[in-house]
Amino acid sequence: METLANIARELLAAGTVQTVIGYGHGSGEAALTRTHTQTQARAVFIRDVAKAGSLIFDASCQQNLAVYLMKPEVRRLGKAALVATPAALRTILQLAAENQVSDHDLLALAVNGQGEVALLATLAAIEAHVAALDNDLKPGEIAELQKYAALDLEQRRQFWEEQFSRCLKCYACRGACPLCYCSRCTVECNQPQWIPVPAHDLGNLEWNVMRAMHLAGRCVNCGDCSRACPVGIPLHLLNQKLISEVLDNFDSRSGMAAKADNAMSTFKPDDPEDFIR
Amino acid sequence: MESDKKLIGRSELEKLFSQWQSQGTRILAPKKNNDTIDFALVTTLAEVSLDQVQTVQSAKTSVFPRVEELFSFTSRDGRVVIRERDRNALPATVLFGVRPCDAAAFAALKAIFTWDSPDDLFSARMEKMTVIAVSCARADAYCFCTSVGGGPGATAGSDMLLTETGPGEYLAEIVSEKGLMAVGETSGLRPCPANVNKEAHLAKLEPAFAREKVAPALARLFDDAAFWAEQSLRCLGCGACAYVCPTCACFDIQDEGGGSGQRLRCWDSCGFGLFTLHTSGHNPRPVQSQRWRQRLMHKFAYMPERQQVLGCVGCGRCSRACPVDMNILEHVRSITEAKP
Repeated sequence: METLANIARELLAAGTVQTVIGYGHGSGEAALTRTHTQTQARAVFIRDVAKAGSLIFDASCQQNLAVYLMKPEVRRLGKAALVATPAALRTILQLAAENQVSDHDLLALAVNGQGEVALLATLAAIEAHVAALDNDLKPGEIAELQKYAALDLEQRRQFWEEQFSRCLKCYACRGACPLCYCSRCTVECNQPQWIPVPAHDLGNLEWNVMRAMHLAGRCVNCGDCSRACPVGIPLHLLNQKLISEVLDNFDSRSGMAAKADNAMSTFKPDDPEDFIR
Repeated sequence: MESDKKLIGRSELEKLFSQWQSQGTRILAPKKNNDTIDFALVTTLAEVSLDQVQTVQSAKTSVFPRVEELFSFTSRDGRVVIRERDRNALPATVLFGVRPCDAAAFAALKAIFTWDSPDDLFSARMEKMTVIAVSCARADAYCFCTSVGGGPGATAGSDMLLTETGPGEYLAEIVSEKGLMAVGETSGLRPCPANVNKEAHLAKLEPAFAREKVAPALARLFDDAAFWAEQSLRCLGCGACAYVCPTCACFDIQDEGGGSGQRLRCWDSCGFGLFTLHTSGHNPRPVQSQRWRQRLMHKFAYMPERQQVLGCVGCGRCSRACPVDMNILEHVRSITEAKP
């Protein structure tokens, strides 16, 4: 903890960065009406050396702070050092691969469960750090996916219909997702209207499926969509399923390199499939 | 009417549930579904969950559903025929187990939906609904009803208020004709003895700010862009706060179905960037800090000024639902404490 605050102080004092995006103490009481994970830490934007001591990192610090790299108000604060979990590091690389951030925009303060901090000053350094991590789905995640894969088509349809029936279309999943950065989301295009606006069955199905598909091959499995959902829809399952599909079919993992082609949006003239020609 | 106080046991409440059922009245009450507790159709008291501080969503769906057909239309040979919703077909409803804050929220919704031209769908739903609230025995850190004129045992907005005075034993305050009708001829209701101390069974919640200070402070801070930018830096601009709010009433109108279809009213939120985007491309609230300011101004300044009712009942839902811990109580406090 002390290390994190010290690094933040040095970076701010030297003018290397203008802001440190990290975690501070949140409201403090876990919500009593929600049983799914609710973070108790909150994002803080430290610009003053004297406030660096309020940075924390513990198990409650789960939000993928890379979401703020795409926020205009935060970008205006200047160059940032981002306290980054493994998922946030991969988000940075994915954003770089999509030409949304570049080397001079940020530094990463890579943190892990042991409280260690690594200052990563370049995208290349982030790549090297990420390469040494275990970036696969966890055994528990795979087991859960297999549980759903074992259901027949009708059961799966029922499961998701029930889940999506609670969707309010509040777009908290989109807001929390660092890779949902389109300035105009498909759901907001109305000439023509691709996705129905109302939060009825069809609107909810199309919205959630569209979002999952748009993240196929891009999602880094941070889990913030599920954590953000006020009605507890397990959106991460859709993303994890697509992560495993993309890995199996294209041998591709998102967020591993600052220059990369996305499996689902890359065309190669020598593609063995002929439907695409 | 003057409040009528009775004692009622769980078995009498169960009788009431079957009575409402037999009358064809639908009952909406907090119900556990997966990991969340929300208002849903129930038939028996056993299905109702009353131990939570709050449901995730508010009870506003009972009178302002997240999607609602306003009318349907058919177009043939250049002629459009509109078919209005049948107001009589709207269901008679008992809303059971709301908290006093939610019951109080109907006054704010009513103020909006009857402001200039009364919204008859909303009014018809309100008219056909009986609100039976249950007092709060506990509050959490997000609750602040006592700061905005409510209380854990307040009766405003309820037709009947139940306060649990012992295991399965309730003090029933019948505060309206509708409440009286809901009880009907049910036997087993006992007169309330004078020694029943309602206060002893209520959550203790000290006011956290002086509400008369909020609107003047907001007026002073309106142009302080730096203040609002600081307050809203971590806000993601989603609509979770507005959609779980019992008083947020903004909506969007959507036509579906091409030549023949429905005109639908859907929830909307001032937190969305597109909410105020003009066709010209101009957006009077282009940044999130202005949208966050709007949310607070609307609830704590504009509504009291225009409709003589606060747009916040202190239920704390927005703070609980916020993915990034935007805590409205904390924000309102910092507004009242901001140096002029």
